[in-house]
Amino acid sequence: MVDIPFDQVTGIPPAEVGEVELYHPKSWWTRYVFSQDAKVIAIQYSITAMSIGMVALVLSWLMRLQLGFPGTFSFIDANQYLQFITMHGMIMVIYLLTALFLGGFGNYLIPLMVGARDMVFPYVNMLSYWVYLLAVVVLASTFFVPGGPTGAGWTLYPPQAILSGTPGQDWGIILMLASLILFIIGFTMGGLNYVVTVLQARTRGMTLMRLPLTVWGIFTATVMALLAFPALLVASVMLLLDRLLGTSFFMPTLVEMGQLTKYGGGSPILFQHLFWFFGHPEVYIVALPAFGIISDLISTHARKNIFGYRMMVWAIVAIGALSFVVWAHHMYVSGMNPYFGFFFATTTLIIAVPTAIKVYNWVLTLWRGDIHLTVPMLFALAFIITFVNGGLTGLFLGNVVVDVPLSDTMFVVAHFHMVMGIAPIMAVFGGIYHWYPKVTGRMLGEVLGRFHFWVTFIGAYAVFFPMHYLGLLGMPRRYHDIGETAFVPASAHDLNAFMSVAALIVGFAQLVFLFNLIWSLFKGKEAGGNPWGATSLEWQTPQTPPGHGNWGKELPVVYRWAYDYSVPGASRDFVPQNEPPTGLPAQGAHP
Amino acid sequence: MSAIILFIATVAAIAGWWLSQQRLAAKPWLEEGVAVDFRGESGSSVPTAKIGLGVFLAVVGSLFALLISAYSMRTNMVDWRELPLPRLLWINTGVLIISSVALQWALMAARRDDGEGALVGLVVGGASAVTFLAGQLVVWQQLNVAGYFVASNPANSFFYLITAAHGLHLIGGLVALGRTAAKVLRAAEVSQVRLSVELCAIYWHFLLLVWLVLLGLLTGWTDNFVDICRQLLS
Repeated sequence: MVDIPFDQVTGIPPAEVGEVELYHPKSWWTRYVFSQDAKVIAIQYSITAMSIGMVALVLSWLMRLQLGFPGTFSFIDANQYLQFITMHGMIMVIYLLTALFLGGFGNYLIPLMVGARDMVFPYVNMLSYWVYLLAVVVLASTFFVPGGPTGAGWTLYPPQAILSGTPGQDWGIILMLASLILFIIGFTMGGLNYVVTVLQARTRGMTLMRLPLTVWGIFTATVMALLAFPALLVASVMLLLDRLLGTSFFMPTLVEMGQLTKYGGGSPILFQHLFWFFGHPEVYIVALPAFGIISDLISTHARKNIFGYRMMVWAIVAIGALSFVVWAHHMYVSGMNPYFGFFFATTTLIIAVPTAIKVYNWVLTLWRGDIHLTVPMLFALAFIITFVNGGLTGLFLGNVVVDVPLSDTMFVVAHFHMVMGIAPIMAVFGGIYHWYPKVTGRMLGEVLGRFHFWVTFIGAYAVFFPMHYLGLLGMPRRYHDIGETAFVPASAHDLNAFMSVAALIVGFAQLVFLFNLIWSLFKGKEAGGNPWGATSLEWQTPQTPPGHGNWGKELPVVYRWAYDYSVPGASRDFVPQNEPPTGLPAQGAHP
Repeated sequence: MSAIILFIATVAAIAGWWLSQQRLAAKPWLEEGVAVDFRGESGSSVPTAKIGLGVFLAVVGSLFALLISAYSMRTNMVDWRELPLPRLLWINTGVLIISSVALQWALMAARRDDGEGALVGLVVGGASAVTFLAGQLVVWQQLNVAGYFVASNPANSFFYLITAAHGLHLIGGLVALGRTAAKVLRAAEVSQVRLSVELCAIYWHFLLLVWLVLLGLLTGWTDNFVDICRQLLS
């Protein structure tokens, strides 16, 4: 590839791109409720996602109470336990993490980071949020319908998902599937915006290789989600038809309660293929934005340029592509040709290569950096550690011979909580502590933040580290009550009780975080425009919080990449992306 | 799952080609200043709405590729009983082709700044699309009367599901088409609505292509082709 010289030319015309007709709100309603401003939509997404996330947190408390102290809480029976695990998983993976990373962070950061005034299709963007809210409402309503929410497990495997033995067979499963369909429709509307905004609305000078890695992560994750979510849509529609019209897409011939059902000949494996064709990319849909956010956090708070930027970009793209050819490693025990098992185990292990490159680059970015242990940095470091932990157990489970005995044990639960529960939520928290000053103009409370971090980090390890051990003992997942078994020693029960207490404490720390969010809104320290001394464009807006249209009269002009920290000879230890090289007059929006 | 893998591979090839044009081997830490002589500096010159439609078509394509994947996995099972396809389906296909041709006509008229011609094309295209949908409903009716209910055999279920999915997308397109026609009526200059007409035409051609593929699948025309592919793969 030829290197095209980047001239330091004078007399560049002011920003030529993106001067589009901007939508102007006329009333309170269109400004704060039915707003088409990506920043307002981002906040709406985030609040909705965190609210439903709190429901999932309470469900996890109830599950842990039952596991830690079986028989003590008479109000949790076996059916309810199954409903709790199902709703906890579904909410956390889809309605919290996916919505928060893409709808929340994506909406807020993409236009600001690429130097655009707004998303390219603001009206569709607004619709996206309202459809998402509807999906959440439908989901939440399942708690109040006769029979309660579905207890089929978050994977919703047929045939059990729609048979009468499973709780929530009446309305729960129907509304669950309807809610998923709505979510996917809403997400597609938002996703189109995120992708096309990155493609088309970048400001002058913002080449792809000057994008902050956060944008790369969210962009690639959105492309993956747009291609993967249709699989869940197809699976949901077909399962819904099986349930409502009695078709047999997935339902085999079977006897239910002594009676032959109307179903016949369907293939449950077909559902698993469709589900995991979505389900595995979903792991990376959650992980890639986290990767991007962590890269930016590490670089900013270690005052050092990101190590191997090009490799980081290539690794993101490679992970995105590879994640579409590993889905069947979730189905080793479903029965498949051993050669397929071999193929999928190989691809699974290959995907560890670009992921490892990213981890090395983070560590090398930290190496001899000027590390500031701010709250966002603490969360970023915790992310790296946790992701490595979860990733390594992923290598165990990626191998067929190791996976088969560990399938459906607590080991799997510990693995995926580490890798796509704790790790991404660390990135979410890090991101919130980092960007809260830009969103509100005030810093999040430091003392409460540190308390929140240490309790969450240590507490999460207290919950999930011992869980690996329980899994190795053979303790199965999704069991309401283990009872007396030969292979589970009494000490394992004590461990369960310990983990449950830890889980309650971790949950409590999240309430402190919520309190901090609200308290800092009014009482937090004034942040100014760029409290962290960061380089990327969102910190260079003329106003904080950024006004409607983000940039005032002129769009910013970008002269450099997003990681000019501690540049030798520079007057400050950071050089903003829109600061012209020495000797050139400044152009475009500036603080 | 070969259909969807093939589809994803195609999308990946397009994405890879595009990325290869984006100087991904650049060393941004060495390059200071405004990129003056570089086409990928900001967005491409293709209208944003057109790129948006392109991304959307990739999503829709993924949806249908998944349906085709599921269909071809299911056909191999023993309880699969082909259903006789009514002749009307062929007439409907003809009507859909007319619809697509009419929209192409509208697009060409819009390019010539011929507002009236564009409007005629849009109306004819819309009317024939509605006729196609009505025809599909009649096909459902005929099958129902003949006793091929949606739940009586997986072949029937898939037939109803796939035609319904295609029909719903066409209905969505009709909404956009209606808005475009209204715009053409109001617009002083045809050049203002050329893009909208073009987007409709692209969407219609895409749905026609999808329908032809689905028809090939449902009638079993592509069976030989699929067999050949399968032999090549195994």
